[in-house]
Amino acid sequence: MSDTPVLQYSFLAPILIVLGGAVIGVLLEAFAAAKRRAVLQLTLTLGTLFIAFLSLLRIRNLTSAKAAMGSVMIDGPTILMQGTILLIAFFAVMIIGDVDNFTAQASAVPGSDEEKSALQAGRQQTEIFPLTLFAVAGMLLFPAANDLVTLFVALEVLSLPLYLMAGLSRHRRLFSQEAALKYFLLGAYASAFFLFGAAFLYGFSYSVTLSGIHAAVIGGTANNIFLLIGLTFISLGLLFKVGAVPFHAWTPDVYQGAPTPITGFMAAATKVAAFGAMLRIYYVTFAEANWNWRPILTVIAIATMLVGSIVAITQRDIKRMLAYSSIAHAGFLFTGVIALNKAGLAATLFYLLAYGFATIGAFGVITLVRDSSGEITDLNRWAGLGRRSPKIAALFSFFLFAFAGIPLTSGFIGKFAIFTAAYESGNIGVVVVGVLSSAIAAFFYIRVIVMMYFADDNGDSLTVVIPSPLTSIAIWVSGGVTLVLGVYPTPVLNAINTLATFIR
Amino acid sequence: MNYLTSLGALPLLGALLIFTLPKSKSNSAKWLALATSIAVAFLGVLIALRFEIDRPGFQFVENYSWIPSFGINYSLGIDGIALVLILMSVILVPIVIVAGWHESEGGRWGSKTFYILILILETMMIGVFAATDVFLFYVFFEAMLVPVYFLIGGYGVGERAAAAVKFLLYSLFGGLLMLAAIIGIYVISGHQGGHTFDIEKLSQLTIDSTTQNFLFLGFFIAFAIKAPLWPLHTWLPDAAKSATPGTSVLLLGVLDKVGTFGMIRYCIKLFPESSKTFTPIIIVLALISILYGAFLAIGQKDIKGLIAFTSISHFGFITMGIFAMTTQGHSGATLYMVNHGFSTAALFLVAGWISKRRGSSTIADFGGLQRVTPVLAWTFFIAGLSSLALPGLSSFVSEFLVLVGTYTRYPVAAVIGTLGIVLAALYILIPVQKALHGPITPGNENLTDITRRERIAIAPVIAVIIFLGFYPKPLLDVINPASVATLTAAGFSDPAPTVGGK
Repeated sequence: MSDTPVLQYSFLAPILIVLGGAVIGVLLEAFAAAKRRAVLQLTLTLGTLFIAFLSLLRIRNLTSAKAAMGSVMIDGPTILMQGTILLIAFFAVMIIGDVDNFTAQASAVPGSDEEKSALQAGRQQTEIFPLTLFAVAGMLLFPAANDLVTLFVALEVLSLPLYLMAGLSRHRRLFSQEAALKYFLLGAYASAFFLFGAAFLYGFSYSVTLSGIHAAVIGGTANNIFLLIGLTFISLGLLFKVGAVPFHAWTPDVYQGAPTPITGFMAAATKVAAFGAMLRIYYVTFAEANWNWRPILTVIAIATMLVGSIVAITQRDIKRMLAYSSIAHAGFLFTGVIALNKAGLAATLFYLLAYGFATIGAFGVITLVRDSSGEITDLNRWAGLGRRSPKIAALFSFFLFAFAGIPLTSGFIGKFAIFTAAYESGNIGVVVVGVLSSAIAAFFYIRVIVMMYFADDNGDSLTVVIPSPLTSIAIWVSGGVTLVLGVYPTPVLNAINTLATFIR
Repeated sequence: MNYLTSLGALPLLGALLIFTLPKSKSNSAKWLALATSIAVAFLGVLIALRFEIDRPGFQFVENYSWIPSFGINYSLGIDGIALVLILMSVILVPIVIVAGWHESEGGRWGSKTFYILILILETMMIGVFAATDVFLFYVFFEAMLVPVYFLIGGYGVGERAAAAVKFLLYSLFGGLLMLAAIIGIYVISGHQGGHTFDIEKLSQLTIDSTTQNFLFLGFFIAFAIKAPLWPLHTWLPDAAKSATPGTSVLLLGVLDKVGTFGMIRYCIKLFPESSKTFTPIIIVLALISILYGAFLAIGQKDIKGLIAFTSISHFGFITMGIFAMTTQGHSGATLYMVNHGFSTAALFLVAGWISKRRGSSTIADFGGLQRVTPVLAWTFFIAGLSSLALPGLSSFVSEFLVLVGTYTRYPVAAVIGTLGIVLAALYILIPVQKALHGPITPGNENLTDITRRERIAIAPVIAVIIFLGFYPKPLLDVINPASVATLTAAGFSDPAPTVGGK
């Protein structure tokens, strides 16, 4: 006799709704008329994300709930991270909704007649929307996963669509496909490492559940070598996803090659999911074994901050520059992870939200700066943008100030919170490096502002194109969130502080 | 009534009104900005009149919870030192606006943006002096960089973009070091009775001396960049040369004072022990600044560069007065801050007018101005005399107090510092001779003399310089109690006077 598995559908509702929306999206792609497809898909995707967010609100007051036979943990941090991911995804989709960024027919060979005719006939495929929803579902599951198998499944569900999405750019398609292939190959290696680590952890604890592994860690009788090997390889898989040094090499290429709306989505949402999972693993499962991982992660945090900030200075392409900046920000986030205290958890969650919105907004602005051949990401050609489009340039400057952590932006509160947590945990060296790399980073952010405002207009043909009101809404809302979180973050901080406690 | 909040919010309101004006109305933007700044100045004077000299501690206190999860409050309050600095700032802003009536026209953007930036800057200046919550102070301290950055880069001359970036990067670097120190003291406060940013509560903490030294340095380096102390001064001459005269007045006259103000309010108050430890080094740096600034000023060919380097010398005096840790030194330093604000304003504004007429700011291009433009020449002369601390003009009183205050504790330093006065005579009188006297340099024959608008702008400045030279008592009465309070709280007492070598 066996028990029927109890899934606890209401707790899983946000994930299931997003998955359901994705499946409907696939059907829509097959059966809806080409003319109306884009609008239908966009509506469906936004609607799905909205309903998922509503269903998440319904379960926000749960103190602790395991779902799907203990495989999924719905606790405070999960709710916060899922909420962040859904919000970020919602606004990212608004920007993705401008389908001109994507190839009309992904299966056509770049530069072929088939591609041209698809473009001319307006046969725009819109698989990007269901792919986004699948990725979002994986991201929702990733920080909630409570055993290694679910964790791996979530990792793959979030990664596979992203590999594809990175290759869908309409302009410079070969470049985009190269990025996708790179991302896929390296990602596959990372996944393999992750599985390898999971196997060793099973050998260590005879369990794949996080609580089982935790019990073995405190038990202290199991084979520590297995623990070390397992921990190392699992961390490797996760470090790859967030682009930590020395596993960061893919980031600039993929960020540059992928369609810009996707880059923004990836940079913002993947970080939330991956750091969410990382926080759970380190805070819940391996907290007592922190001597085994904290020193190494400290070194990685320092290296990530420094490499990201220093290499970004040499970049002449704005997307590559923001890629290195995202590496530096991953380093700042690590200082929150290794703080290993409640303040660190709360600060990391706040930082993810703040960084996510600023990133969506910044990449959203980049999609608007175009000439006749498409988007312009060469920094030199942005000269004089401040004169031609003062509002958009001001908004972009504001996002850059947020990245640099200037007061009255969300970035400042985030940095303050995260460095405070690190200092509180006694890790003063990391704080000093963090502060220094912030100073280095300020240099290249400001250089963009100099370019836009103080460089002379070179008579370039570049303009700011607002493709649809949705894009405008997305970037201005992101700007608003960045401002509000910088001026009056109290409600958000309070919510985070009430909810930010992991349940084992 | 929330006087300080109103004072700070008023310029912001003006900026908002200007923002709503249509683009074509750049003239109304000017008048609106002027009206706002005059209203702010009146409110500032009103606050000064209601200030009670004999009451200890902060006055006009406001306290609201802002980010409770970090113990951050929106709390304002002023003591005598903050009061005179705020008063100086709000008086200088309308003068700058009148003096630079056409300054905004050569910029990358229109006049509207210029005045919006100036008014936002005024809000930040008031906030930075009025904040009694360290976090709030930091927010103003950093946020005020942004308007200045755009003012220099957008409306300056020459290598304006490079100068603006240099200014911003230097300041951000210092600011971030201070952020680390602020986080440090905040975490320590959490271990001793609850997280707070309240300056009074933070000054009660017991911090071991190593930590205290590092935290002190975090604050001090930020302030030493701001107030430029040798060797952290290199951004200042560039910024001063590139900025418009009005911006330079606000930059050197007000913003840099945040550095010296911070040394008193934060370095000494929060870390008295470390202040004592580092005093010898700081006094030496201050002396180097005094002499270095003076020597380089003598060698300057550019009139704006000259004023910038004289300021570095003056900031050396102010820093020396502060770290002499005597009440005379402190009061003198604070008075010096105000006086330097006005005399630098006079120098920069007049130099700006002359350069604009001549189309060059090289000293060698002038000559015989006294015959062509007598009133302008005389105004410049008076401002210069104030800068070299001639008795009867305001700077004399403060320089004298600083030297006396330093002498009672560090006689050697005071004697070396006196050299700075001699050099000051050189760096002022040589350009005065070159530019104002002698034969009329070709090209200067048709320069016009001072206009009515310029008279209106400069008259109050000169009046203040002369008035404070003869009768500094009202200001000193306000400053003295605050100086005594700061030093007593930090555990310093004036050396007992010795009579006749007994």
